[in-house]
Amino acid sequence: MKTGRFWAWVVFILGAAYFFIPLIATVEFSMRMRRGAYSFDAYQIVLGDARFQATFTYSVIAAIFTIVLGVLIVVPAAYWIRLRLPQIRPVVEFITLLPLVIPAIVIVFGYIRMYGSNSWLPFLGNDTATNALLVIGYATLALPYMYRAVDTGLRTIDVRTLTEAAQILGAGWGTIITRVILPNVLIAVLSGAFLTFAIVIGEFTMASLLNRPAFGPYLQNIGANRAYEPAALAIIAFAITWGCMSLIQILSRFAPKSANRPN
Amino acid sequence: MAEPFLSIQHVRKSFGATTVVQDFNLDVEPGEFVSFLGPSGCGKTTVLRMVAGFEEPSAGKIVVGGKDITRLKPNQRNVGMVFQAYALFPNLTVAQNIAFGLKVAGMPKADADRRVAEMLDMIKLPQMADRYPYQLSGGQQQRIALARAIAPKPKLLLLDEPLSALDAKVRVSLREEIRSIQKKLGITTIFVTHDQEEALSISDRIAVMYGGKAEQVGTPFEIYNRPATKFVANFVGTLNVLEGKVTDASTGKVQVNAQEVSLKGKLNGSKSGDTLSLALRPEAISLARQPGHDTSLSGEIAEVHFLGSVIRVRVGIGGNTVSLDTFNNSTTPPPVVGDKADISFSSGDMLVLH
Repeated sequence: MKTGRFWAWVVFILGAAYFFIPLIATVEFSMRMRRGAYSFDAYQIVLGDARFQATFTYSVIAAIFTIVLGVLIVVPAAYWIRLRLPQIRPVVEFITLLPLVIPAIVIVFGYIRMYGSNSWLPFLGNDTATNALLVIGYATLALPYMYRAVDTGLRTIDVRTLTEAAQILGAGWGTIITRVILPNVLIAVLSGAFLTFAIVIGEFTMASLLNRPAFGPYLQNIGANRAYEPAALAIIAFAITWGCMSLIQILSRFAPKSANRPN
Repeated sequence: MAEPFLSIQHVRKSFGATTVVQDFNLDVEPGEFVSFLGPSGCGKTTVLRMVAGFEEPSAGKIVVGGKDITRLKPNQRNVGMVFQAYALFPNLTVAQNIAFGLKVAGMPKADADRRVAEMLDMIKLPQMADRYPYQLSGGQQQRIALARAIAPKPKLLLLDEPLSALDAKVRVSLREEIRSIQKKLGITTIFVTHDQEEALSISDRIAVMYGGKAEQVGTPFEIYNRPATKFVANFVGTLNVLEGKVTDASTGKVQVNAQEVSLKGKLNGSKSGDTLSLALRPEAISLARQPGHDTSLSGEIAEVHFLGSVIRVRVGIGGNTVSLDTFNNSTTPPPVVGDKADISFSSGDMLVLH
């Protein structure tokens, strides 16, 4: 038994080392900009850079639109599949996995061919439309995470009975989704939203090939031309992602509880 | 006869090639409490769901208060329903759950609050308003579900096995409470159950269902004492079935294990030589001859079960076994297995099953 515990610790320490050593090394390197002393100079330069602020703001706004679009598509779809079309769930699960299998570069080349300025739907004809196309692309990339998060949330409630209980009390579909279903899967939706946020903030391929001023291409540009700033940016991006994950954990404590799931 | 409040007319429901409800007819009077009783898969819940609007009949129509509601959506029917799984909204407090239907109907907040308080008083849980469903017991959750269903003053109350998930003690107290609230409000109610004791104890009438059809509709007394079919006789209560052969149809003579029984006027067209199934309720049978009992059969004690206040005895009569209960008497020892015994009953209590 004690031997088992020893090896468990060994595996744990090796795993932790594999994760933390590069991270610590990056932090250490990012603080060595000033010769002979540790400093936050690289962070100050990065955070003070107008392009950082502009691209980060752009990506945050894109992430918000992506989350809204994802919620509007995924919540009603996953709900309807659970309620009325459970037989097509495997098909939908497969479709939602496709963005993990098909590289983003293939998707974006498809967009460029399909939605050029001569297309019947010229998304690439102006900046606003291209921004919209980027958001649609991001929503596609985030689909596997958003769908699974929402579907898992729906699994924890008796969708059919709650729907019928609301219907018999006079509620229409809008009321059922907004006042019964969504509040009960809100934490799952937020999990999906934060995962989407993390994906959008660091996404490079789509933004770069659609020539949008997003944070991902900025990260790449800085990485190619500077020494210490990319390390600082990597740590900032990592902190943002971890912050999102922590928020998921914190918010999950406020999930509506059921009699079967009191804790 | 007054116009029925709820009229289910020639309703049929098929799922693909499977017909689960066939030619179901039922008229329910205003304020009546009718139970659908039957085994699993008999179609009772499907009929209830068609009345609620969750299933659309393949044929037939459903009329409530003179209005055809067959094609109306559930949220347009003004029907209240309590589900087996409680179905309280987990994200809402008890008060918010009860107010849900009122809010959807657009009732002003002050009126809705008053109605919620009234409902909480009615179900004797006024202190639970701010609790969440997960903080309540099963019985309390089902009371809240009942209050939520009644709060918008529905025309019809549907109860879909509301007591099935509760323990035995709570079931009894809650069923009495449901009945008393229903009587007080005078709300027309349909109650689905597979528990015959539940149905017999609280219903004005019972529709016993089997194979998608109503086998018999009647008062609990009629259903128990005058079952119309073999299924009803077997399903409701305990029944002893004896196989007999008609020896003389004109005088009603039937032979049971070489012993003669007279069933004059009960043979309903059976001919001499026909084989019949004869049924007797345990409480209609006595060990040894009793005053008022005109028929007796001889047999042998096969089993004796001491149950405290009663002793359940099984008497073998040829190939038939008859169950009967006798009260425990501290001065009389229970019968002994293997002893010869006579049982007696009134031939009027014997049912001929078709």
